[in-house]
Amino acid sequence: MLEHILRRLGFGASPAELAAWSALPIDTVIDRLLNYESQSTDHDSKIGQPDYIGITTQSGQPFSPNTLINDARQRWLFRMIHSQRPLEEKMALFWHNHFATAYSKIAGAVGQERATRMMDNDPASLAGSMPGQIQTLRQFATGSFPGMLLAMAKDPAMIYWLDSQLNTRTRPQENFGREIMELFSLGIGNYTEQDVYAAARVFTGFNWQIVGDRANVTESYYTFLFRPADHDTAAKEFTFAIYPDGGKIIPARAAANGEQDALDFILALGRNPATARRLATRLYKFFVNETAEPDQALVTAMANAYLGNNYNIKAVLRTLVNSQQFRDPANFFQRYSWPAEFVVRAIKETGWTGLSVNAAITPLTNMGQQLFEPPDVNGWETGPGWISTSSMLSRMNFASTLAGNQRFNLARDAQPYRQTPERVLEYSLARFRTMGFATAQTNSMSEYLRSTAWTGSDAQLQQRVPGLTRLIIGSGEYQFN
Amino acid sequence: MNFSRRQFVKGGVTAFTFGFAAPQVLCDIALAQGVPSRNLVVVYLSGGNDSLSTVIPYRDPFYASRRPTLAIPAANVLQIGTDSSGVELGLHPRLTGLRSIFDGGRLAIVQRTGYANQSRSHFTGFDIWGTASTTNTSGTGWLGRYLDLVPPPLDPLVAWNTVRETPRPLMARTVGVPAITSPATYAFSSPNTGAEATFEKTAQTKISSHLPVDRPHLAFVNSTTQAALGTLDRVATVATYRPAVTYPNNALGQALTAVAGAMNKQIGTKVFWVQTGGFDTHANQGANQGSYVNLMATLGDGLKAFYDDLSAQGMLNNTVVLVYSEFGRRISENGSAGTDHGAGANMMLLGGLVRGGIYGTAPNLSMDPANPTLENSNADVKWETDFRGVYAKILDNWLGSNSVAILGADYRAGAPNVI
Repeated sequence: MLEHILRRLGFGASPAELAAWSALPIDTVIDRLLNYESQSTDHDSKIGQPDYIGITTQSGQPFSPNTLINDARQRWLFRMIHSQRPLEEKMALFWHNHFATAYSKIAGAVGQERATRMMDNDPASLAGSMPGQIQTLRQFATGSFPGMLLAMAKDPAMIYWLDSQLNTRTRPQENFGREIMELFSLGIGNYTEQDVYAAARVFTGFNWQIVGDRANVTESYYTFLFRPADHDTAAKEFTFAIYPDGGKIIPARAAANGEQDALDFILALGRNPATARRLATRLYKFFVNETAEPDQALVTAMANAYLGNNYNIKAVLRTLVNSQQFRDPANFFQRYSWPAEFVVRAIKETGWTGLSVNAAITPLTNMGQQLFEPPDVNGWETGPGWISTSSMLSRMNFASTLAGNQRFNLARDAQPYRQTPERVLEYSLARFRTMGFATAQTNSMSEYLRSTAWTGSDAQLQQRVPGLTRLIIGSGEYQFN
Repeated sequence: MNFSRRQFVKGGVTAFTFGFAAPQVLCDIALAQGVPSRNLVVVYLSGGNDSLSTVIPYRDPFYASRRPTLAIPAANVLQIGTDSSGVELGLHPRLTGLRSIFDGGRLAIVQRTGYANQSRSHFTGFDIWGTASTTNTSGTGWLGRYLDLVPPPLDPLVAWNTVRETPRPLMARTVGVPAITSPATYAFSSPNTGAEATFEKTAQTKISSHLPVDRPHLAFVNSTTQAALGTLDRVATVATYRPAVTYPNNALGQALTAVAGAMNKQIGTKVFWVQTGGFDTHANQGANQGSYVNLMATLGDGLKAFYDDLSAQGMLNNTVVLVYSEFGRRISENGSAGTDHGAGANMMLLGGLVRGGIYGTAPNLSMDPANPTLENSNADVKWETDFRGVYAKILDNWLGSNSVAILGADYRAGAPNVI
């Protein structure tokens, strides 16, 4: 149960973390993970410290996670591994997939430094600068969903990603207006093409601006800018309710007040029951089970929690973690691990002595999940969509790299069990939890350990224990969490 | 092999209880299935191709007036003659390679393909084209259903997906399609060397042979691993292919090189999936320069290199290339020097046995309310030829299969006679 909770509300646990958590009652564990606001935010200060996973700087440059995208990727993975607020990172990943924005398009327009800031800038790194998109998603991760929608409508990365800066009164541009309904809120089938045209007009005038010395790529940055002159002031009519009284028309209003259109529209999307149900379903699949049809009673309860608590995500999650379904052993290991989840869990369970988190960057790309680079605005194809022959080879090969890197630690940890292969196997299966293997499979693992006569020598442990570890982490069973 | 989550839910997972043929008999199967056999290469243009910029009705007066910054001057297009309605057409200036294939009679252009009430969503649109259904867009794909009908035992390399995610068109009930993005990196590594590495590979193969019927998702993952480990050696041979022609050094060029390599090494693959992106040109699409010129350069140069490669190897008559996108784009340009999501668009086919030429009629771009070739208040191109008619031609006349069974209806009547 405890390990299940830690996998779902986080990325799993290292042996030391597991020992610490196991001293607490399960409800306390859940409360601490869910209500993470009281937990420390000092994770970034541990980057480069002993006892934490390493990072790799680019040749001759300091570690620059706010201005170099590869370093931003390393920082995010570092947080997934070491944050005291694992759910915050888990939700940031969830929302990154939901509001899927790709760095490369933005970098093509504004260069790598400013594009990296737009994706994941820490405002503390440069006076006056805006939080990057992922930082904003962390800020709203368990808060107000309409607040997050509005923040994304005004997010410079999102503005450029969906061409909002080109959307003007005389030339409305539908990209953002369509996707905010199709992908970010209502879902397809709940709006018409006429609604798309009207939504595009709502966001006319939403733009961005550069602040600071344009020539200084590391110290200039982008912020939101509303340009009233570009805003369409005429009324906008929708096919669904915009106002609580059922009114479907956003009234004509002066250009100077034009941003109010977006506030009205986003609140309407936020309180629409279709949005509630869609978010509840997505969160259910992310936290409970994606291999069976969602439990409609729980989805309804989650949607109602959303609608009854000012569209607050924490309220939805509270309903979720307090449900019987969340703790039902039948739902254990019924999710496909996203590549980031797989990599982080494998590192936490295997160890990271002398390892740089940079070693996971290219494998993640090969597994199909390059952070800050979702394939399109629809996000990644999750669930079985993660699994292909090439992605499974990448997962197996990452397990190989990791186990080889931790060869000596793995062998030393197994020394107390060296008398027989079966004891080593039993120890390893307990350390690397899965849904369980069939007897034929564990027999194959024993056979592997006995590929040549078992001696239990240090030298043999240093070959076969990493070998066994890669077999388990690379198994089909381990790909589920 | 891949199933989508939706398909697991919808199709019932119990169907997923097959095993692949053992690797040692694969070559025999490939031979028995007739190597060199006919194959289909699908090149999907991701994002919604602005096909009015690919095949241009350059004399239409509304073409220039509705596209003040995007219209390509008549003097610059690569003229290919007129269609049956007398509209003069030209290829994009950067498609010189395709023009030479057209002139050789081996490029077919089918104008205004689509379907009624065309979706403007990338994702729904892609799924409709993929499933060949406007109503059940979460089911199996049309190519997947073709693969399901290929007589067993099936070679795991019967189809080859060059991108990481299995696209909707390749989703099948009983056949998993390997994703092989790069033959050179398709390998199994080890923390150990020599015999120890071999022990691991043997063990991983045994462990992944567990395909429990009561755990279909696990069976799916394990059989994917089986397919990967069982095809490594043959895929490695493809990585040794050195084409005589020079392919463009980009992702499409690399994917097409791998396809040509698989044909050259007689892997026996019947369906290849290739895609190239960037076609969602909402902004800065450009006319004589800009993103669209680059897209056409990538597409045209890649296809020409592939065509020349196959031609040099004498394999042109075994191959049909199908090029399509999920929708066309709006006729009038937007304020961003780009185009928003539209409807009807062109499909293209090329290959040694393709009947080249121009099929169907071009849209008339006038704003006349009675204009029958446009829809959505004359904003978008209206479909004339059901895209499934082209699928039917490929399935029946090229792959020798049964289009009615695969497409769920008879789309043969009136389908363009492209192959």
